[in-house]
Order: sequence, then C-alpha cells, then structure tokens
Amino acid sequence: MLLDCQIKGLCHHLKREQNIKKEGVDIPIIEINNLSFAYNKHTILENINLEVESRDFLAIIGPNGGGKSTLLKLILGLIPTQKGVIKTFGEIPKKNLSKIGYVPQNTNININFPIKVIEVVLMGHIGTKRAIFGYAKDEVMCAMGSLAQVGMEKFAQKKIGELSGGQRQRVMIARALCANPKILILDEPTASIDIDGQKKIYELLKALNRDITIIVVSHDISIVLEYANKIVHINKRLIYHQLNREEREKLNMAGHFCEVELFHILKGDSI
Amino acid sequence: MIEALSYEFIQNALIAGILVSIISGIIGSLIVVNRMVFLAGGIAHTSYGGIGLAIFLGFPIFLGASLFAVISALIIASITLNHRDRVDTFIGLMWAVGMALGVVFIDLTSGYKGDLMSYLFGSILSVSHSDLYYMIILLISTILIVTLRYREILAVSYDMEYAKLRGINVRFYYTLILVLSALSVVVAIKVVGLILVIALLTIPIYIAEKLSNTLYMMMILSSIFSSIFTILGLIVSYIYNISSGASIILISALSLSLFLIYQKFRFD
Repeated sequence: MLLDCQIKGLCHHLKREQNIKKEGVDIPIIEINNLSFAYNKHTILENINLEVESRDFLAIIGPNGGGKSTLLKLILGLIPTQKGVIKTFGEIPKKNLSKIGYVPQNTNININFPIKVIEVVLMGHIGTKRAIFGYAKDEVMCAMGSLAQVGMEKFAQKKIGELSGGQRQRVMIARALCANPKILILDEPTASIDIDGQKKIYELLKALNRDITIIVVSHDISIVLEYANKIVHINKRLIYHQLNREEREKLNMAGHFCEVELFHILKGDSI
Repeated sequence: MIEALSYEFIQNALIAGILVSIISGIIGSLIVVNRMVFLAGGIAHTSYGGIGLAIFLGFPIFLGASLFAVISALIIASITLNHRDRVDTFIGLMWAVGMALGVVFIDLTSGYKGDLMSYLFGSILSVSHSDLYYMIILLISTILIVTLRYREILAVSYDMEYAKLRGINVRFYYTLILVLSALSVVVAIKVVGLILVIALLTIPIYIAEKLSNTLYMMMILSSIFSSIFTILGLIVSYIYNISSGASIILISALSLSLFLIYQKFRFD
C-alpha cells in the first residue's frame, strides 16, 4: 500500500489534523490536481494531488531529486505547468504571487554581494508600491517590523555576508514576511544551520503558523514530525532509480503507512 | 608636466578618462555582482566586427562598435535567460566570429585603414569632441537609469528568482544591464582598447566590492578608484612615453596587489 501511494508520487500522512480547527467555509488555499511534470523527458512528478488548507503546517519530505523543489517552483509559478492544474486561492499561481512568501533553499549564494540586511528585506516589498528615489518611510518601517518578528532588527545595517547561516535564514524569512503573505513556503530552511539554530527557526515558524499557512521542504524528519500537521512524501525518482532491493522488500512488508517506517526509509536514503 | 595640460588632446584625454572611469565604475559594479565578466569580454571582442564594418563602409567607428556590441548583448541575454548551460560555448563562438569579421572587413578595405592597434590597446590621446559627447550622453543615461530603477536592478542582480516572484520583469532588467555593459565596453575601448577593457571593468570594482556595504557605495568607490588609476596611468604614460591603455591597466593591477597585501596583513 505504501508502495502504491509512492508510485503516485504522493503520500498523505495526517497526523494531528483532527486537532486543527478550520475557519469558515474553506476552499483549499492550494489545490493541485493530476499534476505531472517532466524535465528533458525525465518524469520528475507524476499524477500529484494535494490540498493545502488555511493555517496548515505542511511538511514535504523525500529524497534529493524526488521532485520537492520542482513542486514548490510549480506552486510559486516560477516554472510553467505541463500537465494537470495548480490553483492558489482558487486562481492560477501567477495571480497570487503577492500572497505567497518564499524562502529559497540556498541562502549562502552571493554572500559577497554588497547589500545590507535591511535592503534584502525591502526586496519583499517590490512590486507593491514605490518611491521615486530610494525607499519610502513606511516601507522601511514595515521591513524593520519583519526583522523584529524574526529577532534580527539589530542587524539591519549589517552586510548580509557578515551574518551566520542561521541569521541569514531568518533575514530571508523576514523578507518573505515583508509582503504580508498568507502562505510561507520554505525550501530546506535548516539545511546549513546548527541544531540550536534549527530549533529556533522551527519555533519561529510555529509562532508564525498562528496566522499563516506554512509549507516546508525538509530532510529533518524528526523536527518536521514535531511541528507539522500534514506530511507529504514526494518521491518519484526513488521508486525507479534510487531504491535498492533491501528497501523495496522493507516497503513491501510494510502493510500500512506509519511515520516510524517513513523515518527509517528516508534516513537510509537521504544520507 | 603642467605645460602638457595646455594641449587640447591632453585635456580631452583627461576628461574622457574620468567620464569612462565613472561609467565603468557604475556598470562594472553591475557586471561583477552579476558575474558577467566573461560576458562583457565576449561583447568587447565581438564589437571588433563592428569596428571593421565601420572602417569598411566608412561610417563612425563608435556607431559600428556600438551596433555590434548591443546586438551581441541581446544575443547573450537571450542565451543566458533560455539556455544557461550553453552560455560559455556561445560566448566563445561570438568572441571569435566577431574578431574574424573585423579582420576580414579591414582586409577588404582599400586605402588608409587607420591605426588598428589603437582599437586593441586604446587611443585615449586621440579622443575627439564627438567621442566626448557620446561619453557624456552615456554617463547621464546610465546615472538616470541606475538611480530611477535602482531597486529593480538590485533585486535582479542579488536574487533573480525572488525578483521574478515579486513581479519584476527579470528578462527586461537583465537585458538592460547587458546592453548598458555593451555601451560601456564601447567607450572603454577608446581608453584602454578591447583587449584590456575587462581589466578596467574589474580591477577597481574588485577593490570597491571589498570596501562596500551597498551596491551604490560600490559604484561610487569603483568610479573614484577607476578615475585615480586612469589619471595616474596617463601621467606615467606621458612621463615614460609608453602606451596609455597598458599603463592604466598596470597601475590598476599594481594598486590591486598593494590592496591585497594590505588586507592580508590587516587580518593576520
């Protein structure tokens, strides 16, 4: 059964969903139907179906090359869909760019770039309103507010390259928050951060989750299981290319889908 | 030394040197932070085809060089945005074909062909009034564009993917940066020549990058360093009677070495 749902490219694991109260009549804020995606004839995603509701904390797990980042890029409208439909807030993703905050995977690129923390955060504002020259006062206030939310307001005038990985990650979260998003999407937010920093990032996300929907791609299964209320396992390539016989047997033996097995399977896989 | 300043060609050279230094300080900063140095090199060498064409057909060199430079910038922008993995191949190709076209056009030209070395290594002492006007117009346009569209240019340079998400027309701004680079390359060719142009667009900028917290600070410092190196280079070339382009580059490289040594000792 587990294998079946993995072949579809999607596994739903509803852990604490019954505890989540829903607000009003929900249309799912993200709705994905029969989505398939191929790159250079390699199928990355196949027949994905997914609904994300308001104030979900959704974790997307799966091995490298399993299609997680591709799925995020499709949701963000950064790459066009090929087959199937993605709707955010009931419309095509391009129409709701401003409602989605995005924290990219690698925040260690371009660390020599001469740019101050506050300027990075102000980028979140671009496309909404603008001053003819420089930045408007209310924009700067808003950016400082976002920095305060992630506990980084003291670093506003620092050069981005002078921060640690964890601090830089929080600045990127502040940048996403600067646009007042309804959904916050993070691609491996703790990949290059020490354990202490990881915990802080997830506590921050938990606090933010009171108001906004969080979608996080992560390898840190144990941490994700602690904070997420929904887990999606995306693993197209593993089935065809990366799964060895031993694991396949293990999967066949597993009659049902449970997080302990998932943890072991992924741990063996991604390391 | 002082009496040299009374010659008009020396005055023009100094003015041109400073104008080009400011332009290359601003645009060079964009080239460096966008990792476009090799792209700018491709544009510089492709523009030699335009120089050849202009000599062959008898129209102004600046026009021919600009035409080829801008067209190659548009092609490079399109390749970079659509087939990123193939960029180096295509730039290498344009680099060689541009040079070859230039050589062939010049071979086909009968009569006086001008001083060809001057395009390869610069001819700041032969700057004309129309060259100066071209530089002034380019400088003013560059400053206007970079000031009025600073945020978009900064966003696209720092994080293209995020800029796209915020609804910025990334393709337009990326192409704009490359076209501005192409036009700057053309004026820089006048000062240091197309072979040395990359040094002018990188050495002062590298030093400025280390000392800057923001992109506009980097642009200002680059322009200042570049102006100093250019003027020092001109003085050295006047005193020792050597090529101005090469002495500007060597002064810049020497300054960079001193800067790196200073940095090393400061942190050790």
